[in-house]
Amino acid sequence: MKVKVISRSTEEFTRERSKDLQRVFRNFDPNLRTHEKATEYVRALNAAKLEKIFARPFMGAMEGHIDAVSCMAKNPNHLKGIFSGSMDGDIRLWDLATRRCVRQFPGHQGAVKGLTASTDGCILVSCGTDCSVRLWNVPVASMMGLDSSSNYSSEPLAVYVSKNAFWGVDHQWDGDHFATAGAQVDLWDYNRSEPIRSFEWGKDTVISVRFNPGEPNLLATTSRDRGIILYDLRLSSPVRKLIMQTKTNSIAWNPMEPMNFTAVSAIFYVLTRNISCFTARYSGCFDARKLDEAKCVHKDHVSAVMDIDYSPTGREFVTGSYDRTVRIFQYNGGHSREIYHTKRMQRVFCVKFSCDASYVISGSDDTNVRLWKANASEQLGVLLPRERRKHEYREAVKKRYKHLPDVKRIVRHRHLPKPIFKAAALRRIVLDAERKKEERRRAHSKPGSRPIIPNKWSRSVCASQRSVEAAGLGCLQNLMIFHSTPGLA
Amino acid sequence: MEGYKGSEQGENYLMDVKKSQLISPPAPKQDALDELDSKVKKYLRGSGADLEGLKDKKLRGQLSVREDLYGKSAKAAAKAEKWLMPSEEGYLEAEGLEKTWRIKQESIVQEVDILSSRKAFDMILPDLGPYTLDYTSNGRYMAVAGRKGHLAIIDMHSMDLIKEMQVRETVRDVAFLHNELIFAAAQKKYPCIYNRDGVELHSLKEHGAALKLQFLRNHFLLASINKFGQLHYQDMTMGEMVANYRTGLGRCDVMQVNRWNAVVGLGHSCGKVTMWKPTSSAPLVKMLCHHGAVTALAFHPGGHLMATAGQERRIKLWDLRKFEVLHTYTGNAKSLEFSQKGLLAIGNGSSVQIWRDQSGDHNYSRYMSHSMVKGYQVQRVAFRAYEDVLSIGHSMGLSSILVPGSGEPNFDSWVANPFETARQRREKEVHSLLDKLPPETIMLDPTSIGNVRPEKKKERLTKMESEAEMQVAITAAKSAPTKKKTKGRNKPSKREKKKHEGIARVKRPFLEQHIKDEQQVKKKQRISDDLQLPKSLRKFVQKPE
Repeated sequence: MKVKVISRSTEEFTRERSKDLQRVFRNFDPNLRTHEKATEYVRALNAAKLEKIFARPFMGAMEGHIDAVSCMAKNPNHLKGIFSGSMDGDIRLWDLATRRCVRQFPGHQGAVKGLTASTDGCILVSCGTDCSVRLWNVPVASMMGLDSSSNYSSEPLAVYVSKNAFWGVDHQWDGDHFATAGAQVDLWDYNRSEPIRSFEWGKDTVISVRFNPGEPNLLATTSRDRGIILYDLRLSSPVRKLIMQTKTNSIAWNPMEPMNFTAVSAIFYVLTRNISCFTARYSGCFDARKLDEAKCVHKDHVSAVMDIDYSPTGREFVTGSYDRTVRIFQYNGGHSREIYHTKRMQRVFCVKFSCDASYVISGSDDTNVRLWKANASEQLGVLLPRERRKHEYREAVKKRYKHLPDVKRIVRHRHLPKPIFKAAALRRIVLDAERKKEERRRAHSKPGSRPIIPNKWSRSVCASQRSVEAAGLGCLQNLMIFHSTPGLA
Repeated sequence: MEGYKGSEQGENYLMDVKKSQLISPPAPKQDALDELDSKVKKYLRGSGADLEGLKDKKLRGQLSVREDLYGKSAKAAAKAEKWLMPSEEGYLEAEGLEKTWRIKQESIVQEVDILSSRKAFDMILPDLGPYTLDYTSNGRYMAVAGRKGHLAIIDMHSMDLIKEMQVRETVRDVAFLHNELIFAAAQKKYPCIYNRDGVELHSLKEHGAALKLQFLRNHFLLASINKFGQLHYQDMTMGEMVANYRTGLGRCDVMQVNRWNAVVGLGHSCGKVTMWKPTSSAPLVKMLCHHGAVTALAFHPGGHLMATAGQERRIKLWDLRKFEVLHTYTGNAKSLEFSQKGLLAIGNGSSVQIWRDQSGDHNYSRYMSHSMVKGYQVQRVAFRAYEDVLSIGHSMGLSSILVPGSGEPNFDSWVANPFETARQRREKEVHSLLDKLPPETIMLDPTSIGNVRPEKKKERLTKMESEAEMQVAITAAKSAPTKKKTKGRNKPSKREKKKHEGIARVKRPFLEQHIKDEQQVKKKQRISDDLQLPKSLRKFVQKPE
């Protein structure tokens, strides 16, 4: 007879001294754990509820401006500093960590319309409706504290005056030039009082300008004539023009996929299609085959979208809108991931993602700059490894069971202000009616005579390419097209 | 003889090693791989999704990544099993002409180490009559209830009596709640809940005179069946009565929970076994298992096997996926119980038998047997989790015997820890409360949570198949034996007529089905004809009657 029975001595399975860690034994046998799936489901449900409970995105408001905040700029060299310019010509530098104003840059007479910082973060460029471009010396990182404000002169480094008001400015990602938008697109050097280059396509005002993060010589502008124009600084004339159904308010390049950009726009007759961001693909300077087709149309705002900024990761972007909300979208998602609003936040004019992708900053009509978390329920501060694992586990189970109705309902729910909720409902009705009408028209007309146009194509009216040599005819035709419909612009 | 054989094997082993090194060096590696594969299978939890038929490329990509991950984690678990598990399973092997079921407990106790030999004991408690018992999920604590009101909790590690008390009324059953601090006892009029110190915390009057109690650990539900065949479910965290159902099959004192899916099985005196969940007032399953009354019921921890015993001297094993009998054995049982490793204990009269699935096809055969003093009547048998011990509650007290190979040798500290400290217990209590499952998650197949409901496919035979089936039926009808009729009624013409009638009767359902199918096809055609019209004109088409 051979016999063996399980025999466990207490010493082997418990700790020796009270200072020791408790001994842990694992057996991953599925038979020991009954109801695995049900337990996971309950955990997913709890994780979704916890996420909702901890969703407190608003970090704080920074007050100090006495007029609406019109533009903001990140300092690429300093994580917690952000510049904001207001409609009364005031420019301020804020410290995000303490949420206090560190420095003011007085000088502009009218509204400040554009702000940008140089790549090394030493020079701030501002422009405004007083027809001037001002260069400022930015206090270095060590001077962010309040104590060293004495040895700093509030005079600008340089003031360059032009004939026309400026609407926007952007600095090259890599280089010494910056571009301003106004009556035309001007390219400036720090040391020259006159623009070194000027570009023009059409007579309408250019309202925003953005340099490509990958190719320092490429920039995109949007103008009052509903156009999006691409320029290459190495060429003497613009490269491509795209005419949209609506005016484009702002544009942003995806920093991780620099061939893509996202434009935000608005139609002013309300409630039809104010949705308004779209990502277009632009690949290479001369091979712009797909420029007329939007990669993705992001819908959710119920009024004109004013500004957009990409997260440095390139996976998300934030938009601010006239409907008094800030929304965060996935780079490829049709609907917003998150909506931020407060009772006191008025129309949002400018938004920025912080350089570490964890905060969102918005500037609005109510003179405040607001700081939000990019992930509403994220736990701030240093996480212990155990905490981090727990968070990861929660995310994983939530992702696994996100399709189940209960989990989905909780995860998707956002409280909306009543006007936005109503406007969204109304918009849905209008869109449904339009769709139905189109369907009926199609049903009653000759098959094939009314082709189905995908949503991503219908945004742009036409795209034109002006080659370097032949600059004339096609462009003129385009101009005629949109000049004949002035009511929209 | 055996010793000699062993040494010979040893020499051979050395030679084998040399040979294998010479001839085929990777052979042991291959074996190890096969072993690993078989272990991985256990952790994969079923086969992966069939990705071949998927048309959506994106989804297919995502799912294949997911499947890879599952494979990796299963492999990691299998490797961990190989290296990290400290204990090995127990066994009892006969040598020569010995039979395992002839080996007495005394000889086993002599062979094993001192620690284990202490686990076998007989406790004679003659006065307070037949005893029933329950273990906590980690197998450390035992609650004992004597019919005449004797309640006790024993720590089985140190064999300390934690609390003993006399409630002075009939106690029919006892069950631990989520840990050893609280237990419920089914008393004369209603069940009561006591804590470890013997203080009565609650009396559950709504349950009535309960005969059996079972606690569903993951759901924190206490299920009871009372004298009138009413099944009650009460939530033990909030105290809310979740469900109260009449079984309608009379008095019932056989209740067992299927731990795999938390479905409660009841055995009735009419021979039926019914299975219940708290969210439906009708039983999920009603099966006629025996011609006599059902006397005992047990579920395999894997969840797919059920053992029932009937008064007509039958013990049956059931496959719960098909609800079919796998095997029928002859024998009586007062109490049945499956161990963690799948041994089946059968208590009857004054003897206990333990059966084992030798070949892996659920054909159970005798493994061990144990008989007590004549006249003892076994009330309940219960395996102790994570130990090779079977406890027997009987009319003269309690006994405990060693059953090698019954318990799971390796415990998981996060699932059930026999060496739990008070702090760990508290931590676990909180976590298990956070993971408390709602009663809706109790269902026959708990793995279906979170799955997509498959579309039901209509089972229709093809034309060929139905014709073949008809032919078979016709030939069967033709060759059917005719009755010999009395004189005058046995004319050849009448016989022929009868035969034709039989054939026509057999044919009829097939022909009817055929006509129905044809009609449906015609209807479909008509509809598809309509579809060719433009949408705006379709409403003018006359609907078929």
